[in-house]
Amino acid sequence: MRASFIVHEIGIGLRRNLIMTLAMVITTAVSLGFLGTAILFNQQVSVMKDFWYDKVEVSVFLCGANSEGGSCAGGEVTQDQREAIRADLDAMPQVERIYYESKRKAYSRFKEQFKNSAIVDNITPDQLPESFRVKLADPEQFPIIASAFIGRAGVEQVQDQKALLERFFKVLKWVQWFAFGLALLMVVVSVILIVNTIRVAAFSRRRETGIMKLVGASSFSIQLPFLLEGAIAGFLGAALATGSFVLMKAVLVDRILAPNFPITRFITWGDVWLSSGTVFVIGVALAAIASFLTLMKYLRV
Amino acid sequence: MIRLQNVTKLYPSQTRPALKDVSVEIGKGEFVFLVGQSGSGKSTFLRLVLKEERATSGQVFVAGKDLARLSSWKVPALRRQVGTVFQDFRLLNNKTVTENVAFALEVIGRPRHQITKVVPEVLDLVGLKGKENRRPDELSGGEQQRVAIARAFVNRPMILIADEPTGNLDPQTSVGIMRLLDRINRTGTTVVMATHDDDIVDQMRKRVIELEPGRVVRDQSRGVYGYSH
Repeated sequence: MRASFIVHEIGIGLRRNLIMTLAMVITTAVSLGFLGTAILFNQQVSVMKDFWYDKVEVSVFLCGANSEGGSCAGGEVTQDQREAIRADLDAMPQVERIYYESKRKAYSRFKEQFKNSAIVDNITPDQLPESFRVKLADPEQFPIIASAFIGRAGVEQVQDQKALLERFFKVLKWVQWFAFGLALLMVVVSVILIVNTIRVAAFSRRRETGIMKLVGASSFSIQLPFLLEGAIAGFLGAALATGSFVLMKAVLVDRILAPNFPITRFITWGDVWLSSGTVFVIGVALAAIASFLTLMKYLRV
Repeated sequence: MIRLQNVTKLYPSQTRPALKDVSVEIGKGEFVFLVGQSGSGKSTFLRLVLKEERATSGQVFVAGKDLARLSSWKVPALRRQVGTVFQDFRLLNNKTVTENVAFALEVIGRPRHQITKVVPEVLDLVGLKGKENRRPDELSGGEQQRVAIARAFVNRPMILIADEPTGNLDPQTSVGIMRLLDRINRTGTTVVMATHDDDIVDQMRKRVIELEPGRVVRDQSRGVYGYSH
């Protein structure tokens, strides 16, 4: 069959069923949008994980003059205790590098973090603890450090930033699963709609297809226009979904989130194209498969 | 050209077979009337030849092929050799006369230049010159049937099957249609026509096969319709 004839027939089919076609395109777009967003969200989480896990440190807070917790009964940490702790940390094979944060440095960092808050005026360098910031070769090995230093004279607290992050990522994990579940549900809905639309299209054109069978058109050429209609709907849906990803990246991420949260990194355009590509393949394939299965049942020779 | 050998067709939901042990042979270039009352199995006979139905038992040969052994992807090739015409014309109302006839060639992938050449020829043959751009609902019943015949014949099939082609037409128009079918038959095309129309059968004096609930009760060359009603 000639291409121009097929294109003509598809045009007739899509126009005759305009409302259903529109519904098919929109549902496909929304479900693929959900799916792609779930993929992008997933990417974002893993970008953040890489970025933050790379930066996590173990903080060994030393006793200050006013400290009460930990092993601070002996008052503020002494010069000897501090040097001994530093030497022991240095000697541990799990430790990659350490640096010492004095009260003054802690204060200037604090001022930087809360520069827009009145709280800075009420804090003096004396009130902030000095600490060793320890970068571990493997962040999983926190317990070894903890057991070696908790309870030691002059150490108030040993804090693992990774534990804080893990709680945060656990919550994100649930959000991720929820997003994927929703996306999957939407995809199922759009497949059902595609099946129904193709069925209606096949029914409304049963006269044409009946004649085609009669004059000896092959099954393939009878089914092709319907298949392509489905695939076009899938394609348009995927295109709309991609548009929404681009908008999300350009506006939500680059304009709103990134300037306001300089502490983390965000998904790149590469991630956007990857999820767009995935959504295109899934969209067109789903639509074509759904139409094909429908036609197997309704347009047999 | 068409051969049925001890063919029985039993539809799944029925107890009485639509055709029972029917054996018929129709040669190349013959003109055959298939007569009998409603429900006598005429339509089933034609559907078997088109492989729209499968025989429950027995064999159906069309153009030398055993239809029971014909795989489904070869059915379109069979149907390209068998033109079909129905009582209700089955035209596409949103297409013109030319487009309706061309459609049959478009969907089997004939090239454009061939279509633009043969469609006017066949429209001329069936007597529709000058009405190429009308739509079916602007034509009389007889003219619509001529479009349907043109569509069935445009691919030059070896066999033309007509299921009550004059059923919706008045006697005078029917005569015109019969002349046309006769003309097509004279080009060497085998014509099998199921009909109720006794006048036509009596006039044409062609071979008559009569079915009486599921069985062949008469097979007569140069026959007449036969029973009174």
